[in-house]
Amino acid sequence: MSVELPDTTGVAEQSPEEIADLLGDLVIGREEHLNAPGFVIKPDTVVETLKRLRDDAGFDHLSCVTAQEYEDRFESIYHLTKFDDRTQEVSIVVPADKENPVSQSANEVFRTADWHEREAYDLVGINYDEHPDHRRILLPETWQGHPLGKDYDQDQPQVVPLREHQNPLLEDQQADNQSETMYLNIGPHHPATHGVLHIKAVLDGEQVVDLEPDIGYLHRCEEQMCQSSTYRYQIMPYPDRWDYISAGLLNEWAYARVAEDMADIEVPEYAQIIRTMGAELCRMAAHFLALGTFALDIYGDFTALFMYSIRDREKVQNILEDLTGQRLMFNYFRLGGVVWDLPEPREDFFENVRDFLDELPTALEEYHDMMTSNEILQMRTVGTGVLPPEVAKSYGATGPVARGSGVDYDLRRDDPYGYYENLDWDVVTEDGCDNYSRLLVRMREVEQSAKIVEQCIDLLEDWPEDERNIQANVPRTIKPDDDTEIYRAVEGAKGELGIYMRADGTEKPARFKIRSPCFSNLQTLPEMSNGEYVPDAIASLGSLDIVLGEVDR
Amino acid sequence: MDNESAGFGAKDRETEHMSSDNQQPFVTDSSNVATDTREARLAGQDDRFNSRLREAFGSSPFILTKFDKFMNWVRGSSMFMLQFGIACCSIEMMHTYAVKHDLDRFGAGVPRASPRQADVIIIPGTIVSKFAPRMKRVYDQMPEPKFVIGMGSCTISGGPFQEGYNVVKGAEEVIPVDIHVPGCPPRPEALIYGVAKLQERISNGESAPVVVKPYELEQFGDLERDEIVDQLSKEIDTEDLVMRYNWADSP
Ligand code: SF4
Repeated sequence: MSVELPDTTGVAEQSPEEIADLLGDLVIGREEHLNAPGFVIKPDTVVETLKRLRDDAGFDHLSCVTAQEYEDRFESIYHLTKFDDRTQEVSIVVPADKENPVSQSANEVFRTADWHEREAYDLVGINYDEHPDHRRILLPETWQGHPLGKDYDQDQPQVVPLREHQNPLLEDQQADNQSETMYLNIGPHHPATHGVLHIKAVLDGEQVVDLEPDIGYLHRCEEQMCQSSTYRYQIMPYPDRWDYISAGLLNEWAYARVAEDMADIEVPEYAQIIRTMGAELCRMAAHFLALGTFALDIYGDFTALFMYSIRDREKVQNILEDLTGQRLMFNYFRLGGVVWDLPEPREDFFENVRDFLDELPTALEEYHDMMTSNEILQMRTVGTGVLPPEVAKSYGATGPVARGSGVDYDLRRDDPYGYYENLDWDVVTEDGCDNYSRLLVRMREVEQSAKIVEQCIDLLEDWPEDERNIQANVPRTIKPDDDTEIYRAVEGAKGELGIYMRADGTEKPARFKIRSPCFSNLQTLPEMSNGEYVPDAIASLGSLDIVLGEVDR
Repeated sequence: MDNESAGFGAKDRETEHMSSDNQQPFVTDSSNVATDTREARLAGQDDRFNSRLREAFGSSPFILTKFDKFMNWVRGSSMFMLQFGIACCSIEMMHTYAVKHDLDRFGAGVPRASPRQADVIIIPGTIVSKFAPRMKRVYDQMPEPKFVIGMGSCTISGGPFQEGYNVVKGAEEVIPVDIHVPGCPPRPEALIYGVAKLQERISNGESAPVVVKPYELEQFGDLERDEIVDQLSKEIDTEDLVMRYNWADSP
């Protein structure tokens, strides 16, 4: 009994040599990253290279763009993989000049490069040629310097204007133009934006003509924080605060996975099962909140559904608190395992989890009664916010957003880690591509998570007492070799949560880059909303289920 | 079970009523009902009416107090919170409002979406450079008197992100704060305790907000001219409102 692996027989697999042949003399050098072969190319051949890889080799997923500064050069790395076979990866390394860092934009090939490159420009300072919208994205437009660059002075004063919120009507009237459009600010403090997101919308009557998410109101320098912390203990608390909707353990796993692969640490099976169980409980809690707030967005249901979902979250949080000692910021994983074993008495813990799982079907029934079979909700969500699979892929959408568009992609199965391979569960997809499908995917994923947790509980219950090994032997300090590079991802609550790390021989990473699923998912919002009514745009935003801590990092 | 007992109760009352007052239907017996109510209020037969306040006042419907004192009591007993979420702490804040913890029990759980209707703002999260001017704006839009609860370490010092290049080192750099609730995140119980403390202080009329070093919203033209201002003068209009961060002086 185990999860049904995807059929990758039809997906061509290229050896590094074949890729090198395909790229021909575009390649000017080779690198070896722990996760994938790296090919160095010239900064003006980015489009050509990526096009060939996408069209001729099937690398259709630009997972992440990492930018960094070395002593002698700048560098952008394009991490490519395939939606049909996640285990195939390739890194395209694009060095740029130290004095005048310019590199060609990949926006023409992958739409997702748009935001990723803006971020790279903002934080590291690489300029992207032919980029359609070359501006800062996370920091205010008047910011001086690029904070993740080498010569940034953190003490210099900064001046931040409040001008994004100037009265836009004033300008319209002055320009006595013929246009009938109206400019509308939504957020950054607005109940429907799920945090501090600012949406600049241009409306024609009730319809959205153009919409632009403006992010960075919660840019907490997570990457800088991780770069100044040690691998062994100090980084682990930060992932909890990326996707903070109780998805803590899922995020911790992202870091644990990448660091364990880098330092070559083997995690005991028992710990893997505990991790799997904890992570799935987190996924349920995160999805519950997504359901509750979605209902709140769609028909202002603050009384019933929102409260129901909080009720169920409280149950999950109680279990997680028993397990980890914390309600929200768990800090439970350690490199090589977890920090402590299940709480004593174990029988009580198992019983609590079982009770919760037993009540879950009834609770879900309730959700279905009130949400999915509710006519109002159906009218608002069926057929609105349509995101065709091809568009979703081009924007690098993952998680429930991609699966709601019929893209069968789930890292738990496609790039197995933890104990998922050995358990019996299914990847949920829906073909509707609309807001309703994304909702359905989340609801059905809760069921699957429950199934996984149940199997984990069974396994843990029968585990022989003297083999309960919760942590591998890991040295106190970890110093991976100089210039080790790795990119690894896990399936977070919102999608592919990846981390790129480069070691420089010390006990802190030289570069720590977070690939956040929400960042890429949010990018699809204009595609879904342009031409639709304002309330549908709000529904689409709700269905994306973003969390700004992870978008802005 | 509940239904059953209620049913019995109703029946009892009916039979009792019938026997005492010859065959008159219950509904028309209005004078009797009024008397019952009055008796219940005064004699303490019915718990619902017999509040502690009523007990203290005896039968007199008048109280004497200072208007200020009364107003403070009112303010503390009915606080409208601004529905304001920033970061991780807002998740715990939502839990505080919702089932299980139910902040409403303490007369402080009506989240208002508009700052113009709110008395209290809970700052639940990390404040970064781009958001601080907006937060100041929202705070300015709230009517007086207004109170601020800082939730979480981030609003005390910047919390885990204290050393970040973009993070404001505590809410007090931007707006005055009345109560700090430490924790990362504070548990809902802790937030409730903070709210209760604030209520207590308000009703005693002793709230004294603290501002450490205010970052003000000012017009760009009013800034002292130095290197950075010169540099930005092409990009920013003199009338634009700006907030200037002197990171080097931050705690
Ligand atoms: S105090 Fe902790 S939980 Fe609260 S916003 Fe800051 S980092 Fe998040």
